[in-house]
Order: sequence, then C-alpha cells, then structure tokens
Amino acid sequence: MLNDFVPPDLYPASAEIFLVAMACAILLIDAFFGAQRRWLTSSLTLLTLVGCALITYLTMDAQVVLTFNNLFVDDLLSDFLKLLIYLAVIVAIIYSRDYLAARGLDKGEYYLLVLFATLGMMVMVSAASFLTIYLGLELLSLSLYALVALDRDSPRATEAAMKYFILGSLASGLLLYGMSMVYGATGTLEIGGVAQALHLGVANETVLVFGLVFIVSGIAFKLGAVPFHMWVPDVYQGAPTPIALLIASAPKLAAFAMAMRMLVYGLFELAEHWQSMLMILAVLSIALGNLAAIAQTNIKRMLAYSTISHMGFLLLALMSGVVGPDKHFALNAYSSALYFVVAYVLMSLGAFGTILLMSRPGYEVEHLEDFKGLNQRSPWFAAVMMAVMFSMAGVPFFVGFFAKFSVLLAVVDAGYIWVAVFAVMFSLIGAFYYLRIVKFMYFDAPVDAAPIRASLDMRFLLSVNGAAVVLFGIFPDALVSLCTYAVLRSL
Amino acid sequence: MEFTTFTFYVFGAILLFAALRVITAKNPVHAALYLVLAFFAGAGLWMLLQAEFLAIMLVMVYVGAVMVLFLFVVMMLDIDLARLRSRFWSYLPLGATIGILMVVMMAMVLGGRYFGVDALPGQTLPPGHSNTKELGRLLYTEYVYPFELASVILLVGIIAAVMLTLRKRKDTKYLDPSRQVARKREESVRLVSMPAEKEETETPTERGSQ
Repeated sequence: MLNDFVPPDLYPASAEIFLVAMACAILLIDAFFGAQRRWLTSSLTLLTLVGCALITYLTMDAQVVLTFNNLFVDDLLSDFLKLLIYLAVIVAIIYSRDYLAARGLDKGEYYLLVLFATLGMMVMVSAASFLTIYLGLELLSLSLYALVALDRDSPRATEAAMKYFILGSLASGLLLYGMSMVYGATGTLEIGGVAQALHLGVANETVLVFGLVFIVSGIAFKLGAVPFHMWVPDVYQGAPTPIALLIASAPKLAAFAMAMRMLVYGLFELAEHWQSMLMILAVLSIALGNLAAIAQTNIKRMLAYSTISHMGFLLLALMSGVVGPDKHFALNAYSSALYFVVAYVLMSLGAFGTILLMSRPGYEVEHLEDFKGLNQRSPWFAAVMMAVMFSMAGVPFFVGFFAKFSVLLAVVDAGYIWVAVFAVMFSLIGAFYYLRIVKFMYFDAPVDAAPIRASLDMRFLLSVNGAAVVLFGIFPDALVSLCTYAVLRSL
Repeated sequence: MEFTTFTFYVFGAILLFAALRVITAKNPVHAALYLVLAFFAGAGLWMLLQAEFLAIMLVMVYVGAVMVLFLFVVMMLDIDLARLRSRFWSYLPLGATIGILMVVMMAMVLGGRYFGVDALPGQTLPPGHSNTKELGRLLYTEYVYPFELASVILLVGIIAAVMLTLRKRKDTKYLDPSRQVARKREESVRLVSMPAEKEETETPTERGSQ
C-alpha cells in the first residue's frame, strides 16, 4: 500500500519551503537576540523575501507543473503574482519600519506575521485545490487579524481586529460551506478535477449553484466588494497605518488569484451563473464606494471606500471573460484584470506610503486637512501623492487610467455597454474626492509646518513608487504584455 | 436482532440519557460528567461505523482535554444554578422550537435528494481494514502539503496568542536564572573585619545617674 507512493517533487515549491525555514530561523533568532537588535530581524526578513524572489525567478518557466498530489500548481501566473507579492511586501516593510519603531511597535512578531502572511498568499496563488486555497486563506487571514491588533493598547485597533476577525471567520465559513457543496456535487476538491467533472456534467446542478453562491460571497468578502464591504473602512481606519498599507496591497493580488483559480479555472462551466453575480457585486461596489468616499473626512476611510470601488472594477474585468453562450477563455478580460490589480497595488502602496511619510511620533495623519499645503512643505512628495491621486481617479497617462481603460474595453467587448457607461459615470463622480486632496495639497495653506523627515531608503522607494505610477502610465506596453503573457501561459 | 444493531441501540440509549441529564442535572459538575458519558457513547457509535480513529480522537481530545478544562472552569466559576433554572420553563418553548427545527433539518438531510442516504450510500469495509493506518498514510503522503500548512497555521496561532497576551510589566519582580548562576561571591558578600570581642558599653541608666 505504501509502495506505490511517489515522493512529491519539491522543486516547484522551493520558494515556499525556503520561506518557512527562514521564518522558523528568524523566530528563534528574534527570541534570543531580537530585543536589543531589531535591525537583525528586519534585515533578515527582507533578505528572506529577496531570497524567495530569487528562487521564484530562477525556477520560473512557462510550463504548468502540478505537484504534491495535484494540490500545488506552479505556472507562470503564480510565479508572476508571487514576484509582485514579494515586491509589495518588501516595499510595505520598508515604508513601515520607521513608523513602527517610533511607536514601539516594531516587535519581532510583526516581521514574523508578515512573513507568514506572505506564505499564505503564496499558497493561495499556487493552489490547485480548494483545500489549499482555504488553508492559504486562513494562514493569510489569521496573520492579518493578529497584525491589526499589533497595537494592543489602542482600543480602536483592538475593535478593528475584533470586527475583522468575526466577519472574516464568517466569510471563511461561507467559503468552506460552498466548497463542501461543490465537493458533494463533483466528488473532488482538485480544481482541475472539478472543471472536468463539470464538463462531463453532474447530476445535481442545484447543489452546485448553491455552492457557487457561497463561494462568490466568500470571494466578495475577501476582496471587500459590496455588500460584503462593511469591514473595510473600519479595519483601514482602526489598524495601525503600516498594517492598513499591508492589507491594502499584497493580499489583493492573492484574492485575485483566488477568484481566478476558483471561478475561472474550476467553475468555468457555471460562468453564466457567476457572471451575473459578479456583475451585481461590481455595480454595487463601484456605486457605493465612490459615493461613500465623498462623505469621508478621514483619509484612511476615504482610501478604504476607494478600495471598494476599485475592487468593483476588478470584478467587472473578471466578469467580462465570458462572451455569449459559447464559453471560451477571453484572454483580454483576465489579463486586464491582472493588470488592474497590479496597478491598484502600486497606487495603494504610494498613497499609504505618503501617509506614513507625513506621520511622525505623536502625530498621525488622519484627516484630509492634514494634506493641506503639502506642496510648500515638500514639493517632491506632494507631486508623488498627486500622481497617485490622479492615477486612482483615472486621469489619462497615469497607470490607473490604462488599468481602468483596459477593464472597460473588456466590458464593452463582452457586450455590456451600459455597465461600462455606468462605471465611467461613477468614476467621474469619484474623481471629486481624489482631486480634493490635490486641491488641498497645492492651493491651501499648511496647517502644520513641521518639516517632513524620513529615512533615505523610504524617500528613495516612495520616489520610485511615484515614478512607477507615472512611467507605467506613459509606457504601459511592457506591463500589459507581461500580464497577457502570464495569463496566456497559465490557462 | 443483530448484535451490531443491539449495540447501536444500547449506545444510543446511553447517549440520549446522558445528553438529557446534561441539561437537567442540578449540579454543574455532574452535568459536565454526563457530557463525558455522552462523548463516550458517541465514540462507541463511531466505533460501530468502523471509524475507530475518530472514536479514539473523540475520547482523547474531548474527554481527555476539553472536558477536563471544562470541569476546571465549572469548578472555578460560581454558578448560581437556582437562578439560571428559574427561567427554565420560560425558555422551553423557544428551545423546543429550535430542537424540532433541527430534527426536521436532519430528516431533510438524511432523506433529501442531494445528500441523502440514497444519494450517498455508505461503504462496508473489509475486515482488518485499519482506519487509523489509512488516515496516517494519507496525511503523511498524499496530503503532506496541507498537513504542513495546517501546522504553520497553528504556529501563527501561537505567535499571535503570545503577541497579544504577553505583557512585560515593569513593576513585577522576576528571577533571571542566568544572572543567578553568573553571580560571583565578590558581588554579594562583603567582608567586614570586626573586633572579636565587644567593648563594654555604658548602660543608659548609668549615664543618666551621672
């Protein structure tokens, strides 16, 4: 019985294995030497992520490799997303270091939980089974719940963590329930197996559609789409800013991968069902996100509602992958979704990075008014923030414009012209609150004249981030073709 | 009646009796002990279903760990049962409704079209088939990846729990064993040369009389 077992091929999962080994080593190193030498922990964490990136880059090829008994898949899409996740996490750590150190929050646990959250994202990205998707999601979510409560003496952070935890557990339960129904209907948890079983036809489609409803709800919660968005503003506002930055960046890539793997790779035969569900979620998210953001006075809450509307666009892109009754993979829709989520992460890092840059010990940037007169205090970083805001608003020749444009193009190709018109209308309404910040920065007198201090690496990275928002907008071809190639090679 | 059917009814009767006593027992400690009995009976039922691993786990985890913890909690809390019991009858209609609903739901599941007994028939395993061995084989071979992931999730749980609860209070006194061991004689013992005999001192009364 034991003799027919073939040991799994560990080579495709070498980045994950390296990360786990290093995380355990850092756990011990931090326990013994961390109290006095926190720089050791943080630089080891960054080194680990760079090492992972090297491993992923070196083992990257355009083949789809399944291992661990078809539970793990290594394809170009997963490698591409993993590289982006490492990059986003590295940037997030570097942005956060000074902020955390100034507030006594740079505990070793922060770095460890960030590493484990990264592992969770990697697992989600290269999951080939509903089981591994769920485990990766739990690993990511548990680390994030704990990170939100990092500042445990702050009642607001604790409250946010509690809300996130309870609603997140509910969403995990929904997702698991949906998965169990799919399992009941198809008899397998492997994504490829589910797709095959659906292709051959299953006896009870009712169960399957029920399961699909729960799965879509779970995905919508993790993305933060209306009506599962309630946690987003509270968590963004309550969590320490570096944690909000983390939540707003890399996990969106993993959530995109989760949606792709489950809906497009696994349940593609049910596309006509999930297409309409995603459309309702998307339309609601775009409308509510943009309208509610206007009413916000807190910058983090405003960015939270902006996230909600952006996730609506992402769902639009995922939805428009199916054209008409003949189901075939629409390449441009999925590659535009990937491009959109990459652009979103880039902008999100820039926006939260500027908030972190302007914060200093004893002074938190919370209100929109805090941005008043930023141009007089630091013209360069005001320009970076302006680029990010213009990009989020979708002003031409910033990365966000091309992201929205390609999504809208895919939507029109799929034949939903009125949805595209609706999305454009609400983007126009949404431009108001982005431009309000630009107005505050350039045309109002500063309320706070303290000079902006930040470490050199953060200044440099934030400048690069702002430059990337502009450059990928002027020259979008490289990123677009990379996204298209990654999706093409992985279908 | 077959022997297995007979055993099933015996275990089922014990289970029902114990479960009923959990909610009717006057003493909370007795209620917890009846819950232990209910778990044992449930484990017996699982054993009949050839799921011996689950049966052993139920006894080990729930009886051995969870219920012992429960008993401690019950013993430590000062539960005023008389007060809780006074509203027993007012809650009964609601409880009974929920109970009936659950029975209906279970009946629908078992007799249902999609996941009912007919749709998913059980399998009879050959004699000598080891459930535990099979589970172990699967966990450490085919499902080694999710198994390891689950262990990482538990590790994250430990780290998070320690992070959220461990407080270093500055005003508490604690021992540092390494400092205790590294302590030298010179640091703590001071030699003072004292004269071997005390000089005679005058008593205050003598001074006062002078």
